[in-house]
Amino acid sequence: MPLDPVVWFFLLGLAARLLRSDLKIPGALYEALAIYLLLAIGLRGGVELAHEPLLSLAPQAAAALAIGVAIPLAAYPVLRYLGRLSAPDAGAIAAHYGSVSVVTFAVATAHATTRGIPFEATMPLMVALLEVPGILVGVMLGRAGDSSGGRVRWGMLTRETLVGKSVVLLVGGVAIGWLAAPTIAPLQPFFVDMFKGVLCLFLLEMGLVVGARLGDLRRAGPFLIAFGVVMPLAAAVLGAFAGRLAGFSVGGTALLATLAASASYIAAPAATRIALPKANPALSLGASLGVTFPFNIAIGIPLYFELARRIHV
Amino acid sequence: MKTHPKKLLVIITEAALEAQLAADAERLGAHGYTVSDVRGAGARGARRGDWDADRTIRMEVICDEAVATAIAGHLHETYFADYAIALYVTDCAVLRPEKF
Repeated sequence: MPLDPVVWFFLLGLAARLLRSDLKIPGALYEALAIYLLLAIGLRGGVELAHEPLLSLAPQAAAALAIGVAIPLAAYPVLRYLGRLSAPDAGAIAAHYGSVSVVTFAVATAHATTRGIPFEATMPLMVALLEVPGILVGVMLGRAGDSSGGRVRWGMLTRETLVGKSVVLLVGGVAIGWLAAPTIAPLQPFFVDMFKGVLCLFLLEMGLVVGARLGDLRRAGPFLIAFGVVMPLAAAVLGAFAGRLAGFSVGGTALLATLAASASYIAAPAATRIALPKANPALSLGASLGVTFPFNIAIGIPLYFELARRIHV
Repeated sequence: MKTHPKKLLVIITEAALEAQLAADAERLGAHGYTVSDVRGAGARGARRGDWDADRTIRMEVICDEAVATAIAGHLHETYFADYAIALYVTDCAVLRPEKF
């Protein structure tokens, strides 16, 4: 199967960075693209949600929350005892994998749309639900193992992750889409038709960012590189079974598996940098951004769709 | 024109710390501060500043010597061990001393 164009854009960014090109996406544009993607994902879900009964939301939300808590709980002992990492490092990495990557999700929705695979309108809400608990559990685990970094301001941490830009824009987008569904048509060209083009630009930037972090992989070592591949696969299986149990369709199950497999590189780094100061960001970002992100978009996503299809047979 | 001596405290560090640093500075007696986005490299590697986790800020605080010492001491104790941070204090002169 030919690679999706978004993957080529990612590879272009990666190549540009490795060739030391002066190509740079300005910080303000990066922010703007991220805001656009989050709003577009939310809006689209909200519009479809307006045409669907909300009955199925409770089991779906329960599945998402369970995944968000289970992944860091499973990852932490592996990192701590098999990988012999310090408690703050293991906690920080567990938090990254417990939380989600919205861009990985966006690439997976583009994959589904291109192939005409339908999925639940509630998926953007699952992204928002999965963003937070993993971070809190990972930080708790890291702090339980090593409390030397001063006290954690739990209230502040919870508030900041709950009102972080991705949760606000996703939930806000769903709300606007749901409320304004009958009059949303004029927004279609901007928020729907342009989505994939914007995603390509964003992936170009991700290629540049990942290229700059490849040096971290040397510091991360073979264990974390292996973890960055095995963890998403294991988490995807967990996500796919949870999705099946919660009654998701094939598309929804694949997207939930993708969310479970993805690792955060926006919300989790910011939160763990403050709450787990002893953790080395080069390790968590080296694994989540340097290994798991490219693995998921190039290899993982098609696998998770195949997994979802088989699990539903 | 009469000028009044003050201290200029400059902190260059990870953007993740901005909210905490601002709260610390105000709590320890600073009347204000200025933050700018910067980029560079140091003991903890290069920080290109092109996305969230890689951003660096420079915070400038004009204040009395006692306040500068208090803030510098607090930052030394709290952040120096774990964060990419550079801090220096220089003399400066202002026209309206009551502002700082």
